[in-house]
Amino acid sequence: MGRGRTQAEEAGSVANDPIHQFQIHEYFPLGQFGGMEFHFTNSALSMIANVAVVTGFLYFATSKKSLVPGRTQSVAEVAYEFVAGTLKSSAGKEGMRFFPLVFSLFTFILMANFFGMFPYFLTATSQIIITFALAMTVMLTVVGYGFYRHGIGFLGLFVPHGVPAAVVPLVSAIEVISFLSRPISLSVRLFANMLAGHITLKVFAGFVVTLAGLGVAGIGGAIVPLLMTVALTALEFLVAFLQAYVFTILTCMYLNDALHPGH
Amino acid sequence: MSDMRSQGGGKSGKGPAGDEAALAERLRALGRKLDTVQDEAKRQSDAEASQSNSAQGMGLALRVAAEFASGVLVGAGLGWLFDYWLGTSPWGLIVLLLLGFVAGVLNVLRAVGKVAQPEERRKPRSGS
Repeated sequence: MGRGRTQAEEAGSVANDPIHQFQIHEYFPLGQFGGMEFHFTNSALSMIANVAVVTGFLYFATSKKSLVPGRTQSVAEVAYEFVAGTLKSSAGKEGMRFFPLVFSLFTFILMANFFGMFPYFLTATSQIIITFALAMTVMLTVVGYGFYRHGIGFLGLFVPHGVPAAVVPLVSAIEVISFLSRPISLSVRLFANMLAGHITLKVFAGFVVTLAGLGVAGIGGAIVPLLMTVALTALEFLVAFLQAYVFTILTCMYLNDALHPGH
Repeated sequence: MSDMRSQGGGKSGKGPAGDEAALAERLRALGRKLDTVQDEAKRQSDAEASQSNSAQGMGLALRVAAEFASGVLVGAGLGWLFDYWLGTSPWGLIVLLLLGFVAGVLNVLRAVGKVAQPEERRKPRSGS
């Protein structure tokens, strides 16, 4: 009896623990590389499923290639037009050479955010290392392409025109720090939004369970957090899309820096 | 609306003058009704706009906070690295942390559009 109760309590505490959903579980080891042990985790599974779904859907949607698009083909076309429009408006026609990168980032983040809305699925974008890796991909592309295209002239990005020579070192130092802070703000924004949203959702859902366990009055009181949970779920879907869009548009703006560093 | 009234007047020109006055009165009443309906619609759309504004404000707040914090963090990180490599503790951390705060403020001002992006700031100069 006593044992059953502690088990029930444990189960309850797990259900109410808002952080529990972000735990990484190791499924099976992949072996050792450079002294570190690598495991196949639920995070990896979530991302592989994500990529498989996106790739599979786009392959399926574009397999017919009819002139008058069907339903799935329209979705694929809308996604293409949307990302292409964003990229062209902020990085110009030249920016289209980065279209594969930007489209992959957008669909990956969007699907990762939406996958997180399914119960029992890990939100890959709520792990800061994932979002930081995505942000570093963008920044390394910007720096690499900027130097490849403009050579040392890329550093002109950090030296504003019309500043007195005496102040230039100070201003340049500030600009460099500002530039280096971009990947951090880019990754922290996505990560913080997804993490905060899912924790809020879980906390309110937890209230429903706790209150409903209190008896008749509790069930009446549980309606309020239940409605809140429904509203928050809708908001989370909006945030999931919005954050993917924000990440994409900032990527486009940073790529614009690489294409036109002060010309 | 005024052309509708003149048209109506032209049509009922053959009838007695009372007819015309009644028509004009009806038109005016219709105009008032339309005004109230349009006002209400406008008020509703304003209310919706303010609601979406609060959602946008939340997003902006998160964005601005991330921008500022990242500037400070990078400044502190760079300062610590400088000290670690060059053994200038604590001066690198002090100076670069302060610069990090400045960069954070610059990030925030850029995020809300008060200061031009570096490339935009240079455009008119290179153009001229």
